[in-house]
Amino acid sequence: MIGDFLSAVFDIFGSSTMYGSAVRLGALLAFAGLGELVAEKAGTINISVEGSILAGAFAGTVGYHITDSTVIGLAAGVGGGLLVGLIQANMSHRLTADQFVVGLTANVLVLGLAGFLNAAIDPMARRANIIEIPLLSDIPLVGPALFGQTWPTYLLYPLVPLTWWLLYKTRWGLETRAVGENPQAADVSGIDVNKRRRQAVYYGGMLAGLGGAFLVVGQVGTFDAGMVGGRGFIAIAAVYFGGWTLGGVVLGSLVFGMADAFRLATPVLGYQLNAQFLAALPYVLTLLVMYFITKQFRQPSGLAQPFIRGLR
Amino acid sequence: MTDLKVPTPEIPVVVTSPSRWHSMGETALLYVLSFSAALLLSALLVAVTGNSATQVFQALLDGAFLAPGRWGNTFVIAAPMLLVALGMVIGVKAGVFNIGQEGQLLMGAMAMAWVGTKWGGPGPLLVVLGLALGFAAGGAYAAVASFMKIRRGVPEVISTLLLVFIAFQIVGFAVTTDWMLRDVDPNRPTRAVTSAALPDDARLPFLDIFGNEFHIGFVLALVLAVVIAYLLARTVWGFHLRLLGNNANVAQKVGVSANRTGTMALFLSGAFAGLAGAVMLTGGSSTYRLTTGFASNIGWQGLLVALLARSRPLLCIPMAILFAALRTGSGFLASTGVDRKIVDVVQALLVLALLIPPAVQFIRDRRRALATATEAA
Repeated sequence: MIGDFLSAVFDIFGSSTMYGSAVRLGALLAFAGLGELVAEKAGTINISVEGSILAGAFAGTVGYHITDSTVIGLAAGVGGGLLVGLIQANMSHRLTADQFVVGLTANVLVLGLAGFLNAAIDPMARRANIIEIPLLSDIPLVGPALFGQTWPTYLLYPLVPLTWWLLYKTRWGLETRAVGENPQAADVSGIDVNKRRRQAVYYGGMLAGLGGAFLVVGQVGTFDAGMVGGRGFIAIAAVYFGGWTLGGVVLGSLVFGMADAFRLATPVLGYQLNAQFLAALPYVLTLLVMYFITKQFRQPSGLAQPFIRGLR
Repeated sequence: MTDLKVPTPEIPVVVTSPSRWHSMGETALLYVLSFSAALLLSALLVAVTGNSATQVFQALLDGAFLAPGRWGNTFVIAAPMLLVALGMVIGVKAGVFNIGQEGQLLMGAMAMAWVGTKWGGPGPLLVVLGLALGFAAGGAYAAVASFMKIRRGVPEVISTLLLVFIAFQIVGFAVTTDWMLRDVDPNRPTRAVTSAALPDDARLPFLDIFGNEFHIGFVLALVLAVVIAYLLARTVWGFHLRLLGNNANVAQKVGVSANRTGTMALFLSGAFAGLAGAVMLTGGSSTYRLTTGFASNIGWQGLLVALLARSRPLLCIPMAILFAALRTGSGFLASTGVDRKIVDVVQALLVLALLIPPAVQFIRDRRRALATATEAA
């Protein structure tokens, strides 16, 4: 069993298709994870990221169905994700409802709504074209994986530096991080804590929605209400895995994408590995990482603490 | 008319007393408003997709209560939901937020399946042992999260959530592996991906009231709801639990160990979910066989029930019946041409709607208190 496992690992990591599918599967996690990182930096564990992805996927499908345009589909996905973000942010950071309660409920709401409307409308979508970027896609092994994907995948590449710039190089980012670290101090220095938190959740919802739309028009090509299937939670796991650092989140998304690709690739290559074990791998990995490594990184100290002025 | 000089009250109680009635009225109004908004929104959704909302409502009502034998089914579904919700209540009261009931429920069902199909013995004994082991299995699975929290400060919200997805795979493994729970009966036409059915005598007895059949698991859940309500409100144990949830610092000062009491609360919240799973299996869910899709969202919905009941054990009873009714009612929706997913939407909207009034009230109270404080200053 273990020998089998190792030789499978060896075989698969030598094939470039593996890297291609790892990037394809990890891209969704990276889209959602980047947004989730910003939300968590501001102090919200945005459980509704799962719902945001699904809302984005459905809105994206409907957008594509109506206009036949991938661009509008993606934009609609951003809108769909934002809608869930609006619910989450305003319920938990304008009113004072518990963020986990709101997030879980939003997930149930979107799951029901997407299934219900999908049955009523039955929108169709199509996968966008693969565009190979010249020169870059000729790099052996990683070239086709990173630069031989459907074009919506490439939206991810500018989003990584953009998120970094937003979070670490702007006043807004500084204030957002301050709000997540020490809301009382941020409040005293004149920052509207809950407003920043809401904005961070909006950002998280929009990126997750974009990820959902990417899932439809950039990866799968059709919509199904069960298509997200807990991957929003893996995106949260990627943020924990990455220790609340930007590079870590991207790495975590790739690792989880790879685990997923590995699971899909083993039967094709003729290896008899335990499918359940491989499916559970990302979750087990995250739990282990949280157990052994999390203490070394520091989570935002105001994470999941609601802020109400005068109470603490 | 003489100028009546009303003495300004000096004791604040005199002021707050009428305003308290006022505020209760406000709260009631808010509840009515947001509740009807949620229902209206659902009705609108049905209407927009070209169906009749009244027909849908009638179908739901028929499916849940009115058609012969239906409210028995509703009670059967309500039993595990109520059990899950009670566990959640214990956790929330102690400030522990376990959201992994779906997985803990599966662990409990697995324990029941193991006892029922692998152990030999008299049926009733197997049922009791299975329920006890299911209780323990669910609790043990939640205790993993507790262990991680105490040792390394891993938040239980995330760990319990991740454990759900691992539980799905564990059950998947168990029902596809011969030496574990897979049904190896050679008479079945295809290789089964379920466990063997529980033996006939290892099943919960059903009560029959006016043609409505429901198993005694529902009665058990009702009794437990009352017991939990009493324990939480009237005993030292319950007081310590609530103290920990309300203010961990004070709890520590009076000698309530956050680790021990918190672990116990997390264990119990998982254990009740496990018990719910065991009750479901021995109560006939998916024809007494464990399958991969066995939990079928009962864990998530039980969690919502507890939230909707605002962590009041007795209020969980009607809420669990309401949610179960929406579920059984949705079985009758096919005739109206409306997708049964609408029920999920209604449930989520109801929970969201019921979150709003207390939050609004809280903000109003804060504003009033602040205004009074600045006036006094």
